[in-house]
Amino acid sequence: MPKLNWFYFAAPNTFYPLAGKMVPWFAVAAAVFAAIGLYIGFFVAPTDFQQGEGYRIIFVHVPAAWMSMFLYVVMAFWAAVGLAFNTRLSSMMAQAIAPTGALMTFLALWTGSLWGKPMWGTWWVWDARLTSELILLFLYIGFMALQASIDDPRRADRAGAVLAIVGVINVPIIYFSVQWWNTLHQGASVSLTRSPSMATTMLWGMLVMALAAWMYSIAVVLVRVRAIILERERNADWVRDLKAKGATK
Amino acid sequence: MKWESAVQFFAMGGYAVYVWGSYAAAVAVVVVETLLARARLARALAAAPAPETPAE
Repeated sequence: MPKLNWFYFAAPNTFYPLAGKMVPWFAVAAAVFAAIGLYIGFFVAPTDFQQGEGYRIIFVHVPAAWMSMFLYVVMAFWAAVGLAFNTRLSSMMAQAIAPTGALMTFLALWTGSLWGKPMWGTWWVWDARLTSELILLFLYIGFMALQASIDDPRRADRAGAVLAIVGVINVPIIYFSVQWWNTLHQGASVSLTRSPSMATTMLWGMLVMALAAWMYSIAVVLVRVRAIILERERNADWVRDLKAKGATK
Repeated sequence: MKWESAVQFFAMGGYAVYVWGSYAAAVAVVVVETLLARARLARALAAAPAPETPAE
């Protein structure tokens, strides 16, 4: 290995084995955090005085919703880097993040719906928070569909990047929707500027579950980006060398 | 322990359908996505051309 520099791992052939080594660590971290988070969420956190046990959906709903927004920003960031500097791995990262982001968005909507029914009396309402989160799902799906529809990967990267970058505007809209509009969805329970409006154990359960969602997302995105690297670089010498060494994973 | 029995735990104070419906979806997403990503990687590796055998 040459002298340590960050660009060393920016090449697909060096990142591929590194990602492979990282996956198990993030997967184990995800499992450990999920076990701790679920224990706190179901056995330590008290019953809510208004929502009874129904509020326990929060431990999956909020982490999924946070990840859905955060992953979009990360996806758009890598897409933009790929567009600006023509770096292959950046665009592959963006492509690898999209399905996980879409699934997190789906989970946020699904669990929100199951939470809304008993508490608000409706599965769905066209309120600003819910609508903008649904638009986020469409942005992810649009990004994937656009990339899938263009045969040339580099052109697909550029087209996808433009869509991803323009769509970033939706993320602050989701986040601030509960302040800007009169929504049925409650405001943020956690913010940087004031103390959280919830019991400490509830907050801890939520934060640990958010960490689990982070670790899981990193692990699964790394697996997917390895697949994408191989799909795109299958004719490269280093892939042949990999096969020659009998690599099966 | 805040729960008096397993039945009480699974009943979730009458919100069982909503709470377990949420967690079931999360588990399903994690399991299915993991399997699909791993299958895609295995497929990509298998599809990559094998090195040419040296000429004899």
